[in-house]
Amino acid sequence: MNKQVISSVLSLILAASAQAETVFVTLEKDNALALIDPVEGELIKTVEIGQRPRGIVVSPDNKVLYIAVSDDNTVKMIDAETLKEIGTLPSSDDPETFALNPKGDRLYVSNEDDSMVTVIDIAKKKVIKQIKVGVEPEGITVSPDNRWVISASETTNMLHWIDAKTNEIVENTLVDARPRAVTFTADSKFAWATSEMGSTLTIVDANTKQILKRITFEIQGVAKDKVQPVGVVIDKESKLGYVALGPANRVAVVNAQTYEVEKYLLVGQRVWNLAFSPDQKRLYTTNGVSNDISIIDLDSQTVTKSVGVGNFPWGVAVKP
Amino acid sequence: MKFLHYWRAMWGIIWRECWRFVTQRERFVSALVRPLVWLFIFAAGFRSALGLAISPPYETYILYEVYIVPGLCGMIQLFNGMQSSLSMVYDREMGSMRILLTCPLPRWFLLLSKLLAGTAVSILQVYVFLGIAWCYEIRPPIPGFGWILPALTLSGLMLGALGLLLSSFIKQLENFAGVMNFVIFPMFFMSTALYPLWKIKESSALLYRLAEYNPFSQAVELIRYALYGQFNQTAFVYTLAALIVFMTLAILGYNPSKGMMTRKGGSG
Repeated sequence: MNKQVISSVLSLILAASAQAETVFVTLEKDNALALIDPVEGELIKTVEIGQRPRGIVVSPDNKVLYIAVSDDNTVKMIDAETLKEIGTLPSSDDPETFALNPKGDRLYVSNEDDSMVTVIDIAKKKVIKQIKVGVEPEGITVSPDNRWVISASETTNMLHWIDAKTNEIVENTLVDARPRAVTFTADSKFAWATSEMGSTLTIVDANTKQILKRITFEIQGVAKDKVQPVGVVIDKESKLGYVALGPANRVAVVNAQTYEVEKYLLVGQRVWNLAFSPDQKRLYTTNGVSNDISIIDLDSQTVTKSVGVGNFPWGVAVKP
Repeated sequence: MKFLHYWRAMWGIIWRECWRFVTQRERFVSALVRPLVWLFIFAAGFRSALGLAISPPYETYILYEVYIVPGLCGMIQLFNGMQSSLSMVYDREMGSMRILLTCPLPRWFLLLSKLLAGTAVSILQVYVFLGIAWCYEIRPPIPGFGWILPALTLSGLMLGALGLLLSSFIKQLENFAGVMNFVIFPMFFMSTALYPLWKIKESSALLYRLAEYNPFSQAVELIRYALYGQFNQTAFVYTLAALIVFMTLAILGYNPSKGMMTRKGGSG
């Protein structure tokens, strides 16, 4: 009887731990990758990864981590289980952010210094094309229907619409100053772009490439110049979007239907990038100056915990 | 039979105090207005003044108004304790205290009943205040509202005992202003109610020590931890010890043969 109880308790514990995801955070200054258990709210470990790691993405099959190691001028492929390096991709100089297409066979890298987007065939580990874009490209995303790649150039203040089939720019949309990040809704109908200096979020119609709405952020007690939107994510149902507001130390909750800002959630200093948990019940934020990540419970819309991870946390990715 | 006698007396005192509080509508409102002014006006001005270190029991970054709420719960109890002491002085002047103290029950029991009555009133006030704070989006975890009850009982008793002790020293109502200046304000401002200890340490090591050993700080920390489902052992022991000391001194103070009443020439 006792054995039965113990074994059922053990199986429950194992099931619970199997459900828990792992959060990976790149530490720009520590040249390392931090692994966090978000359910326990604990740093599991930190591993050396290369010079100045920034952008990070998990492959669709959750087996490979792609990490832009900026000062090593490469994108590293890391086994998500063993954390061993399994290859590198030719990213050109100073890769910072990149996007993976939904199939997971193409990587689009922003080369800030060269004003280029490099398209890489992952299987062959070869550059397919380099596309000339505006000055200082940074934010980049691929639409879920794999039709469009958007590259946002910080100095030109433009979103460049690249046809994913031809790898050619077909349209440009002028947005507010210093666009930083861009993402699509799950139905690929709308793109949301943040403008760091303009302090706005711009919603663009993917059909017309025209601006639908400009959302500004006003936080009681926070100076306007501190509101610098960067990371942006939208939930699967396109009900709510979340915008990291940099030195305002807040994440804005934006209604994706009415485009009203519903709430501001207080997180750590200079909140930069965001990632959902696989079930979208939690949101993780990297806080670059306070050296931690904040965990947001999305059901209650509250920040439940902030966990110290190391120096200058930058990118965040989650593996189930 | 004897137990029933005790119970009836205690219940009578608690009921009188609660009834007096509820019927005195101005007192009910003013007891709530004070912490609400602090929450809505004072805290609004200091929204980002706290800096950005996370200190237990908090697990993430909080706004100043979230920090200040347990301190304001403590403030409600501190003022309530003093209010009780004020009403004791009033009772003494009016003669109802004489009637109470001549009742055939031990003096310590009557004083303890008085204390419990005051604490019950303060707990009532704190829950109403927390309800308003909840509407203002200050939402501690729900179980915290249960955990806070024993903490509020202990802190309320301790602060009430302090009031009781002070009332044994005060001869006339007019002297109550002195209590405000010499006890309530220093106790409140030199505590963790408005600023965390680490913040006080940044400005003055002496102030830090004074705030650390201030029984009001410990009571506030006990409330703060309980509200977030945690038990602060140091604060608990310290508050309990302070309660015992204040209560013993108050009982001695109200003893007509030994206490302050003799020196003041009768208990009124």
